[in-house]
Amino acid sequence: MSAQTHTLPPLPYAYDALEPVISKQIMELHHQKHHQTYINNLNAALSAQVTATQSNDVPTLISLQQKIKFNGGGHINHSLFWKNLTPPGTPGSDLASAAPSLREAIVSRWGSHEGFVKAFGTELLGLQGSGWGWLVSKGGPKGRLDIVTTKDQDPVAATDVPIFGVDMWEHAYYLQYLNNKASYVEGIWKIINWAEAEKRYTAGVENPLKL
Amino acid sequence: MAALLSTSARVALRSGASASFKTGAAGLTFARGKATLPDLSYDYGALEPSISGKIMEIHHKNHHNTYVTNYNNAIEQLQEAQAKGDIAAQITLKPAINFNGGGHLNHSLFWENLAPKSAGGGEPPSGSLGQAIDSTYGSLDEFKNKFNTALAGIQGSGWAWLVKDKQTGQIGIRTYANQDPVVGQYQPLLGVDAWEHAYYLQYQNRKAEYFKAIWEVINWKAVEKRF
Repeated sequence: MSAQTHTLPPLPYAYDALEPVISKQIMELHHQKHHQTYINNLNAALSAQVTATQSNDVPTLISLQQKIKFNGGGHINHSLFWKNLTPPGTPGSDLASAAPSLREAIVSRWGSHEGFVKAFGTELLGLQGSGWGWLVSKGGPKGRLDIVTTKDQDPVAATDVPIFGVDMWEHAYYLQYLNNKASYVEGIWKIINWAEAEKRYTAGVENPLKL
Repeated sequence: MAALLSTSARVALRSGASASFKTGAAGLTFARGKATLPDLSYDYGALEPSISGKIMEIHHKNHHNTYVTNYNNAIEQLQEAQAKGDIAAQITLKPAINFNGGGHLNHSLFWENLAPKSAGGGEPPSGSLGQAIDSTYGSLDEFKNKFNTALAGIQGSGWAWLVKDKQTGQIGIRTYANQDPVVGQYQPLLGVDAWEHAYYLQYQNRKAEYFKAIWEVINWKAVEKRF
């Protein structure tokens, strides 16, 4: 028995396609180095888990749990993130036309698109340390919308649908925005893939690693 | 309530009269009762090539200063909440005080436990601290290896510290998440910032290179004083 080996999913656009919001250099490092490292460490932890399972080594199995959570979470979160971004000006980047039912739910929950953007931004900028901000649908598709933050690489609760996520680790913006993370947060709205968000909101996410 | 407010105003005036002063091992500075950004005792470029001048400048003037500003804001709100006897508001402020006060403490200690090579940076510890490291870890190199392993194992933002256990006097390596400060049972001796902002402009994802290079600019004399 051997563990399934995870591989880096290709980006659905070119490294420079999200400019000027996210630079090519950031995207290359973020995808080729950071995401790849989570995958490498996840594969190593899963392989060690197979060995420990075969030898019934419970202490090792327990010690592997946090590694799997962190690196598996990193793999899931980044896989969701790449897909919920789209180059600025593409059809998917327009909320009203690309996500009619999600837009209606957002407006009914936060009063307006602007109200939601403001509330989401406040959550993102309030994160203390590394983490992510997410729009989720509670309990499954077409559920109650909520904004949640997850620390480090914790994934969202398994019962919730991650409609889209924003990476607030410093590596996601630092080379371009330095400590001015508010500018990164402001810019991210130009590249949210609302078409993908609508799909996740209405149909859910069966397996975040098989999007 | 008016009486309470005027009391806190008097306190503010009194601490204003004492102008600024330095206190504690971290060399924290205050002016008119507010925390202030401490000056570095070396130039921004003085730690090169281990840490670039650009990193030092942004880290000190922007990141550290933001912790100072947000800490002062939180304390101001805390004083208002105390004056009103609003316990819920005081409890709500706890994470902001821990995070921003911790950020201020940690960075203040960090700047002091770094030094340019020309000012003794990287010179190995001597005396009782040197002995404690040898007897606990076998050698300084073995200690550095263990410290770097701890740094590399941090999942997310945080710090690694060489600490002294106040109960037993033993030294040890501990990691702390985000800006959690070293308080309580442990006394901070030497801290290394493992937040990405501490190294990313120079090292990007190659954080192991940063962890290796920082030993060239560790101010062991300052660490000895804390021990």
